Amino acid sequence: MVNPSPDIDIIWDWMKQVEDPEIPVLNVLDLGIVRSIAWSPEQVLEISITPTYSGCPAMKTIETDIGEILEENGITRYQIKTVLAPAWTTDWMSEEGRLKLHQVGIAPPVGVSADKGLLMGKIRTVRCPICGSEDTSMISQFGSTACKALYRCENCLEPFDHFKCI
Amino acid sequence: MQKELFDYILRLADNSLIHGQRLAEWCGHGPVLEEDIALSNTALDFIGQATNLYKYAAELEGQDRDEDQIAFLRDADAYFNLILLEQPNGDYAFTMARQFLFTMWYYLVLEQLTNSKDSFLSGFAQKSIKEVKYHVIHSRDWILRMGDGTEESHQRIQSAFDSIWEYTPEMFEMDDLEKQMSEQGIGVDLLALRPTWRSQVEAVLQEATLTTPADAWGHSGGKRGRHSEHLGFILADMQYLQRAYPGAKW
Repeated sequence: MVNPSPDIDIIWDWMKQVEDPEIPVLNVLDLGIVRSIAWSPEQVLEISITPTYSGCPAMKTIETDIGEILEENGITRYQIKTVLAPAWTTDWMSEEGRLKLHQVGIAPPVGVSADKGLLMGKIRTVRCPICGSEDTSMISQFGSTACKALYRCENCLEPFDHFKCI
Repeated sequence: MQKELFDYILRLADNSLIHGQRLAEWCGHGPVLEEDIALSNTALDFIGQATNLYKYAAELEGQDRDEDQIAFLRDADAYFNLILLEQPNGDYAFTMARQFLFTMWYYLVLEQLTNSKDSFLSGFAQKSIKEVKYHVIHSRDWILRMGDGTEESHQRIQSAFDSIWEYTPEMFEMDDLEKQMSEQGIGVDLLALRPTWRSQVEAVLQEATLTTPADAWGHSGGKRGRHSEHLGFILADMQYLQRAYPGAKW
């Protein structure tokens, strides 16, 4: 008899094929937005995903893409749920994900997310992903996508994106 | 109980939606490109938060309405947002003064809501507070920059605070619903937040060489559906498509 329900580990592995539509070098596992995968007692596959930002426009696409991968692999009974808690944090981003960001010229998140000092004007050092200098300055807290801020390197003078730490 | 919680969620949701909608009006009109992008991003955060809240409200109601129907098919007197948030954007100083006063308050509210006995609300707050932290940082920067900037920018941001101040008391108003929710450990004791809010706002205004206006008379009624004339125009703009073509989808 053919086992109709593939192993959970195999399904986790498929998720590597689902890209973030806004930063395609990252897959959904690098971002840490797939929170759980499980078979229900009725043999329905239940996947929980969590948004990076409340208004992230990529969520719908990611949900559709996950559905497509499942269907390509013969899974028709599945449910993709969006969960808000625990809230997504850049601390969940994989080491591999951080490295990939760095390689495409996006400075990965630095420090720990739960830092309240920022509220009253504390500034973090962000290293330039191109020349490695720490002499950088922020141009804007908000960049090309909700998850990024815009920086400039004072050493090599290149502007670059920084993946915000939340 | 469900009805009260539903109404309470709508207050939070309507704040987010109306604020997001107002900020979105800056899209394509920002003073510089970076600010245009910043405000569009911020608007998106608020509209996303509103969507999450309306979804939960729809679930509580259990009448087969979805988040879009709740947002697009309600008239002004069934909207429960703060009157502050429906005020026209004015110049950039006015938008930033409103953004700063509201997000400083909202941050404190969300901080309390992370401990809400309602598990959805506590999860929602943990998520949203991270976004609002960035909104506070962004608007605070602008208050300092404009206040301690040129004579013109100083005068504009000061007059923005002077004219907007009368909309702030409503943020701390505790009516029966707020009291009930707070007593049940679901909502927030807003009155208790006021001294913290006031001193934090004052500290930033002082650093920006600005004068914090004195507390006096304040507008009231938004939480019970009594609004300024501006809300109707926002809704007319926002709801046009769903009113003209009910049920239209992308």
